[in-house]
Amino acid sequence: MKLFEQPAHVLHDMLVNKEITSLELTQAVLARIDEVEGDVQAYLTVTRDEALAQAKAVDEKIARGEEIAFLEGIPGAIKDNICTKGVKTTCASRILQKFVPPYDATVVQKLAAQNPVVLGKTNLDEFAMGGSTENSAFHPTHNPWNTDCVPGGSSGGSAAAVAAGTAVWALGSDTGGSIRQPASFCGVVGMKPTYGRVSRYGLVAYASSLDQIGPITKDVTDCANILNIIAGRDEMDSTSIDSVVPDYTKSLVQDVKGLKIGLPKEYFVKGMDPEVEGAVKAAVKQLEALGAEVVEISLPNTDYAISTYYLIAPAEAATNLARYDGVSYGERAEDAADLVEMMTKTRSQYLGEEVKRRIMIGNYALSAGYYDAYYLKALKVRRLVKEDYDKAFKEVDVIICPAAPSVAYKIGEKIDNPLEMYLQDACTVPLNLAGLPGISVPCGYNKDKMPIGMQIIGKALDEETLIRVAYTYEQSQSYYQDRAQLGGK
Amino acid sequence: MKVTKKDMENVAVLSRLAIPADKEEQYTQQLNDFLEYVDNLSAVPTDDIQPIAHVLPVSNVFREDVVKESLDRELALSNAPLKDDGYFRVPKVLED
Repeated sequence: MKLFEQPAHVLHDMLVNKEITSLELTQAVLARIDEVEGDVQAYLTVTRDEALAQAKAVDEKIARGEEIAFLEGIPGAIKDNICTKGVKTTCASRILQKFVPPYDATVVQKLAAQNPVVLGKTNLDEFAMGGSTENSAFHPTHNPWNTDCVPGGSSGGSAAAVAAGTAVWALGSDTGGSIRQPASFCGVVGMKPTYGRVSRYGLVAYASSLDQIGPITKDVTDCANILNIIAGRDEMDSTSIDSVVPDYTKSLVQDVKGLKIGLPKEYFVKGMDPEVEGAVKAAVKQLEALGAEVVEISLPNTDYAISTYYLIAPAEAATNLARYDGVSYGERAEDAADLVEMMTKTRSQYLGEEVKRRIMIGNYALSAGYYDAYYLKALKVRRLVKEDYDKAFKEVDVIICPAAPSVAYKIGEKIDNPLEMYLQDACTVPLNLAGLPGISVPCGYNKDKMPIGMQIIGKALDEETLIRVAYTYEQSQSYYQDRAQLGGK
Repeated sequence: MKVTKKDMENVAVLSRLAIPADKEEQYTQQLNDFLEYVDNLSAVPTDDIQPIAHVLPVSNVFREDVVKESLDRELALSNAPLKDDGYFRVPKVLED
């Protein structure tokens, strides 16, 4: 395996054993960016000089005989809706095209304590609204397994970079599947932790009661190690949970004996790609062969989850995105006679179509006369969706279903049909509504060698069991060692 | 059609967005299709259900009210489209 194809834990050991230097590694990944970034376009900003300087500093530390942390000297990337002090954070929106945050997000501060090499900021659907990264105001990102296809989204840049070897690890954010679905489409591991497990301070808000930051990595071992770094209570985020953070690497054990897996019948329904269903069911069989017990369960309100999500998320977005008014940061339109006209012109000129659509849906659902019928109704059904899980988790330890109803589709195939696009989120949004953790792990391919992801859903704050099940499955086959071969098909 | 032209104009004002004349019909149609889609919720009986805005039992998170270092004024103004003497500058709000 080439250096840029290795997971972080292997590279960490190579650094510790002085088999490589961080500079060699960083140069190898930057060379990979030069080689394939034109085809993949995972990045919005590459901070080459800073990356090389960080690598040299780590090598000096190693030369002095000092111990290094897990991510120290290992190059990774950060989704461009997570604030990085002094480095442009655009959210893939023209309205923030020149925005340079004056502070770091908490997760960026926590990472910085480890001295990783940060290569830059990755592409996304504008303000994380979308599932294909085609809604980026700057350019689409291409799937490294077939560059004619989307990488998924909204963390499509982060997932594509890890799959293409242009980043060893990455951070994404997940509001309705934005980590798990692109991880599935790109054949990598992606975890959305429990709501509140990771601080959202410095994550540009889309839907505050649903957003959560998480790792996108080449394998489960890296996922556990990065979760160790970013998890924990933060006084800057009052919704972060004050609960002990376990050492997640202790869950990297191969043992599912006696574990109870629930298969929700509502997820395996018409519209599901049979190859996806087949691969996920085969993976569940594999876990059964390894000692787990499988039972069919029912989450009866699943059918209502998409409607609920697409009322709550836009309502929160309409409120959160009111801040883009051309006053204190971001772009401002010229030639406005008064303040309201300035705001209206600014927003109309600099926000993209999907963002405008969701703001208007949100404001409609929150407006006088419609609030009870739409927004309040959605909050009530949200409770029912959550109670379905509460009930199921009295019987089972984890729930397994696909991370997406299909493999990656062609760029341009669904972009003109917003509703069809929303249906793609059927497997992922219920979790966000319930605040639960979920992980997508590669579990095979369709006949065109496009990756399929199995989604494992856990109880609130039980990332440990997720990691144990994901690791046990991962180590029982070889998909985690596969790497994307770039090119069209 | 549930959504009228007037509804669409109202929602645009609330959103501080201008809808171009040639897009008005498309936007109205899309919002209408969307509302038809989410109408499946009306079949769910929810009279006795309490709404939830947050899934975790976290409420009233307090901390000591102590003075801490905050963002430097110049830094806070560094992304302003237009600033003047330590303030954000905006177009006229009040009439002369």
